[in-house]
Amino acid sequence: MTLATENPAPRAAAAVLQLKSMNILIVGVGGQGVLLASAILSEVALLAGYDVKKSEVHGMSQRGGVVSSHVRLGTVVHSPVIPNGAADVILAFEKAEALRWVHELKAGGFLIVNDQKLVPPIAVDPKYVYPDDALELLQGRAERLRVLNAAAIARKLGNERLANTVLLGALSTGLDIDLDLWRQVISRRVPKGTAEANLKAFEAGRNQ
Amino acid sequence: MNQRLLLSGDEAIAHGAKAAGVRFAAAYPGTPSTEIMETFARFPGSHAQWSPNEKVAFEVGIGASLAGARTLVCMKHVGVNVAADPLMTFAYTGVKGGFVLVSADDPEMHSSQNEQDNRTWAKFAKIPMLEPSDSQECYDFTGLALDLSEQFDAPVLLRITTRIAHSLTPVEVREWTEVPVTGFTPDIPKYVMMPNWARPRHQAVLQRLEALRQYSETTPLNRIEWGDRQVGIVTSGISYQHAREALPGASIFKLGFSYPLPLEKLREFASQVERVIVVEELEPFIEEALKAHGIACEGKKYFPVYGELNPTLAARGLVQAGVRSEPVAETPAPVEVLPRPPVLCAGCGHRSIFYALRRMGAHVFGDIGCYTLSALPPLETVHACICMGASIGMAVGVSQTQGSKRPVFAVIGDSTFLHSGITGVLDAVYNQANVTIIILDNHITAMTGGQAHPATGMTLQGKPTKSVDFVALAKVLGADHVETIDPYDFNATWETLKASVARPGVNVLVTTRPCMLFPRKVKQEPYIIVAGDCNGCGVCLKIGCPAIARSGEVTDKNLAIPVIDTAACTGCRLCADICPQDCIILKSQPGRESEVKA
Ligand SMILES: Cc1ncc(C[n+]2csc(CCOP(=O)(O)OP(=O)(O)O)c2C)c(N)n1
Repeated sequence: MTLATENPAPRAAAAVLQLKSMNILIVGVGGQGVLLASAILSEVALLAGYDVKKSEVHGMSQRGGVVSSHVRLGTVVHSPVIPNGAADVILAFEKAEALRWVHELKAGGFLIVNDQKLVPPIAVDPKYVYPDDALELLQGRAERLRVLNAAAIARKLGNERLANTVLLGALSTGLDIDLDLWRQVISRRVPKGTAEANLKAFEAGRNQ
Repeated sequence: MNQRLLLSGDEAIAHGAKAAGVRFAAAYPGTPSTEIMETFARFPGSHAQWSPNEKVAFEVGIGASLAGARTLVCMKHVGVNVAADPLMTFAYTGVKGGFVLVSADDPEMHSSQNEQDNRTWAKFAKIPMLEPSDSQECYDFTGLALDLSEQFDAPVLLRITTRIAHSLTPVEVREWTEVPVTGFTPDIPKYVMMPNWARPRHQAVLQRLEALRQYSETTPLNRIEWGDRQVGIVTSGISYQHAREALPGASIFKLGFSYPLPLEKLREFASQVERVIVVEELEPFIEEALKAHGIACEGKKYFPVYGELNPTLAARGLVQAGVRSEPVAETPAPVEVLPRPPVLCAGCGHRSIFYALRRMGAHVFGDIGCYTLSALPPLETVHACICMGASIGMAVGVSQTQGSKRPVFAVIGDSTFLHSGITGVLDAVYNQANVTIIILDNHITAMTGGQAHPATGMTLQGKPTKSVDFVALAKVLGADHVETIDPYDFNATWETLKASVARPGVNVLVTTRPCMLFPRKVKQEPYIIVAGDCNGCGVCLKIGCPAIARSGEVTDKNLAIPVIDTAACTGCRLCADICPQDCIILKSQPGRESEVKA
């Protein structure tokens, strides 16, 4: 969880620059990699000179529960928690989770949805129905909506495990941060020998 | 050289402790405090350890402090209840090496059984309390707390909450300093709390409290951020951040040193603003103190005494108080989406025990750990759960009063048993109860993320050490019958449980399968369902295994045919053992694979 920056200057830079405040909510299911994605985003933002706060509740993340991570950027950030309905960007790793959290999106916000379906075990009880029509229900709920199938894109690149980096690529299109910083942090954070493949996945997520 | 890191509050406390020369650290795991010790353990040159419970962690901490070492002891809020006995009297003796107790509270009960506000402990024990508002303050306040502890001869409470512990914010970290261990020097009247010596120590505590009050009045930890004087906000900890955001222009009295309160400085502040509003999470700790000292203020009128505060609730309360003009934006109603509660992992050895107990119609007194999830559908077989260790006492109480016509069981995890289950067995044995106690030994403290304990054979650092033998332990405690059970063998498990119900006395059963996640993921050959043989009885869907789902296919009678996700299945065999049709088989079992539907 420890993220290091080599450059101690950003705080000073931020004081002059007046950076735009952004609230990013990343949601998904325990085990999907939500917390790593928000850690990478936070590190990129810190390098870009932002004040950053990242907050999440993860006690149950390894038991298949709901995971949500708040990342807030700005010149100065106070509360680590995004106020209700104030997310500028929501990145949902799973489509039912997108539906669960979409009311937190600001008017004019950007919603990125991974077209993946993870049915919770509770659905063996017919009382609980998985929303197969999640993507349709999301139409009109966000001013900007982008749906992508990260796993399919990653598979085309030859490795399904690149899916999360594809999603980071999609997320990067919602933020005005130097792409080199993204590339730098991703290269440092991914398993040895996979940097090149991950950078390709990042590009694919930006472009598709 | 200073470095800027993005750290959680927990990590920042560990870094701050190391930088301030902490030589000894002890804890029992508990969300949201666990990562403090896990981080501290990675630093060379200091002793770090898990203790069997918080009381022992606190007591070894006292020893280290009396030996003159700077000491850190960490626990979740309810852990302080367990450590309360030594805490209340260590407050009398005072310290030698600086002693910091971290209490990580959990407003909203994200991972806890209650949401008590541990600021109350500072007042109860008459010890100073610091409340950081972000990771930088976690870092800085830890060092300061150690200084204050030595300066005032008192243990210091560093109180954080989940949103401080688990939020990452930037931290400027400094170089480590070495603080030598000064050694133990006997001082009987100070350290032996017999009545004759405890009485003068209580007087010393009262004098110390007065000195701390003076300190509180002048420390920069209690600072005023002047703004608009129509309203003055008094706040501390995470609430400061929410209030700062919800009312940017207001004058704010930020309490970093929040017990004892700087009452004169607060009175002065109150006289300079038109209205005082206290913004605090959970109990009206500050508000009541101000009112008791005649400082007019408002608080809980506008903010809940339960749950977590957040910027939205802070803003709403301030609108209601009439001091924030900008209304709080209404958000659209959330879409109803099916819940996604956490579940026992595929292959978890706890599952078959609860499935058997359910089938038996037992009354099950449960404890705290992953297995508490068995209270949820579809197993619904934990009938009471209060605090760590309570399972055994409750089951004994029920059996002694013959208050249940059903078989009565206590079910307790291995870490929890070592934490506070042993004395429960002694009670059962000594008072000759008829009860069966199942120790769910998955060889790890799983719920909190896989920490070692005295029966894992591993230290906090992962080094080999001695390991408790549960069977031998239960025998020497005097249990009448002790036996191990392999929860992967359902039929044998069923027979053993049934036999123990019929057997009077104290039965202790110990399970043998490791956790699926910690210390390493377990994956064995998966099972599959031979769809052609399945009659759709649905038994395998009732064990709550996340690897089994409806396939979408149905039988002739329109009953759902389940399917096993072979990537998720770890091969525990429970579903195969209970399938009345015998249509669940190992994936490699010859001859039948072709009949399997995907
Ligand atoms: C007094 C106290 N300390 C710590 C905790 C946090 N906690 C909850 S469950 C648990 C231990 C669970 O381990 P175990 O009993 O081995 O069961 P498992 O989760 O491995 O099934 C801990 C430490 C708590 N709830 N109360």
